[in-house]
Amino acid sequence: MIDTIVTPLLKIAILLNAVLVAVTFLVLMERKVIAWTQSRLGPMRVGPHGILQALADPIKLILKEDITPAKADKWVFTLAPIMSLVPALVVFAVIPFGADPLYYVSDINVGLLFIISMTSIGVYGIILGGWASNSKYPLLASLRASAQLVSYEIAVTMTLVSMIVTAGSLSLVEIVEAQREAGVWFGFIQPVALGLIFIGGLAETNRVPFDLPEAETELTGGFHTEYSGMRFSLFFLAEYANIIVISAIVVIMFFGGWMRPFPNVEVLSFLDLIPSWIWFVMKIFVFLYVFIWIRATFPRYRYDQLMGLGWKVLMPIAIGNLVVTAIVKVLL
Amino acid sequence: MKLETPRAHATSSGFDTNQLVLNMGPQHPSTHGVLRVVLTLDGERVVDADCVIGYIHRGIEKLSENRSWTQIILLTDRMDYVAAATNNLGYCETVEKLMQVEVPRRARYIRTILAELQRIASHCLWLGTHAMDIGAMTVLLYTFREREFVLDLFEEFCGARLTYNAMRIGGLPLDLPPGWDKKTRAFCDLMETKLEDYEQLLTNNRIWIQRTRDVGVISGEDAIALGMCGPPLRASGVSRDLRKDEPYAAYDEFEFDIPLGTRGDTYDRYLVRMEEFHQSIRIIRQALDGLPEGPVMGKVPRLIKPPAGETYHAIESPKGELGYFIVSDGKSTSPYRFRVRPPSFCNLQALKRLAKGHLIADVVALIGTIDIVLGEVDR
Repeated sequence: MIDTIVTPLLKIAILLNAVLVAVTFLVLMERKVIAWTQSRLGPMRVGPHGILQALADPIKLILKEDITPAKADKWVFTLAPIMSLVPALVVFAVIPFGADPLYYVSDINVGLLFIISMTSIGVYGIILGGWASNSKYPLLASLRASAQLVSYEIAVTMTLVSMIVTAGSLSLVEIVEAQREAGVWFGFIQPVALGLIFIGGLAETNRVPFDLPEAETELTGGFHTEYSGMRFSLFFLAEYANIIVISAIVVIMFFGGWMRPFPNVEVLSFLDLIPSWIWFVMKIFVFLYVFIWIRATFPRYRYDQLMGLGWKVLMPIAIGNLVVTAIVKVLL
Repeated sequence: MKLETPRAHATSSGFDTNQLVLNMGPQHPSTHGVLRVVLTLDGERVVDADCVIGYIHRGIEKLSENRSWTQIILLTDRMDYVAAATNNLGYCETVEKLMQVEVPRRARYIRTILAELQRIASHCLWLGTHAMDIGAMTVLLYTFREREFVLDLFEEFCGARLTYNAMRIGGLPLDLPPGWDKKTRAFCDLMETKLEDYEQLLTNNRIWIQRTRDVGVISGEDAIALGMCGPPLRASGVSRDLRKDEPYAAYDEFEFDIPLGTRGDTYDRYLVRMEEFHQSIRIIRQALDGLPEGPVMGKVPRLIKPPAGETYHAIESPKGELGYFIVSDGKSTSPYRFRVRPPSFCNLQALKRLAKGHLIADVVALIGTIDIVLGEVDR
């Protein structure tokens, strides 16, 4: 009874809270890092160096009036933000923060497949939200989101297949263990795949330079033009939760997950004093920073250029990478 | 204005396809103020783009016909409000031409320096917003940081930061404050290093090139036919710069180059303006080196009342050819007719032509690249 119901529920409660709090602070981190890039200070008013801004923002958004446009499709309009947030949070169930079963909610044997399918569902929130708004800019944004989805999803999935071939498993825990056995992070074995997944991740999370469905300067906010208050912020919770998910996937598949650097070298065993989940979070932070760094630096792609990139560049490379990986795997 | 109604026509597959009419502006983040563009879209492709202007029309031209000649300088500030000093310069020189007033050489030099500083400030604003529209948000903050230094210099000179009222008919109201030239030199040095930063962020950036290369191409002949002027015209390879062709202020005494484009696309317009930064710095340095001594105000009667007659005088503002047509009846203390040829207005005419066949994302890039200020378009 305790093992089957109470412990998992407790873990889920802790994990959900941790993720949501992390997301609010990720927004703060983004604002701070971009501010520093742009030689300004960022939020400074709420709390020391603006740290409490992370709490002030959600409070403000909850208290704001939640408007549903008169001509919107009310059901879908309400459902869309939920549809984009829930898959983003569900994915965390299979992400392992350590080798011990204590550190993950579940280790299902098709973990990677689960992640792929869940993150694909998330896009429907954007598509439906743009459609249900019954407004022209969100409509264009949802069309862009659909076009974007098919452009990068194939390349990303193909690349993940090559990673499955490399690791020999779909389970995230076993992928990490395979890196311990191989004695090297897969990021060094599969640098091409790393690049593809990262670019695909940028597109997946609608981040600059692929933030086309949002495109504030073109579509005035895109799919969330008509959203306000908490429903608006649900979209953002989803976006930032997705960023964490993508960073976590990259860390798990390419940088040894929760393991310390060189897990097979005895000399460095003092590094084990740091718990596994802290290693994991630290690695994730590096990638979160890269995400933000890219946002501060790059202009935005045009959506036909993104489709060109997805179909003509990323997909052939991904397929080629898969073929090469398979051949190497058979020969060795 | 006549708007085409969207045509519904059945395709062979039996689906109705509609063209979407999308209202871009006047409250759109990328229309640089209150421009409204009515886009007719086929998917995301622009079939037609109609500009609707007049949201910030204040009747400056008519107003000027009821103000004294000196008061009008204040009104000119409010046309191209991000380049107020060049507006002042154009107006003052036109009246001086009408009255045949000799402006002291020192005043002409200082006017040149102010006009070029203004060009740098205006181009800073252009670069920041243009990059912002295309999605590179950091450039905006960088260019505004440097623009602030120009505003500081202007504040020290005349006390204002946006609408300067910096010139008078016959010269300048004030001489340069002590130490101003040193600060300006320091700014020139700083600006050169900062320009490298901007170029690193954009010039060789793959995405930037993809977004601007071959977007909004216009040939030299077409650009002339549309009445385009300034950097967009020069980017199409037409060598037309009033600073060289019809020198005013003290431009005939300085050496500088006119950057020209070859392809006439958005990237060329970007390159031309980036090079103009450097040329402006070059002119400012020469002017500071050769700054003559003497008075800054010519001999002008207390009550300005130009003789009867009409005149047109144009200068090269940061945005292009800024011309003033003024008629004086010789009797009253205000102009009989006052008309401005605003470069932003003339360049905006090209938007419809440039945008056709491109995507929505390109429209915002094109609005950015022709560098309009709505205060000047509507007046």
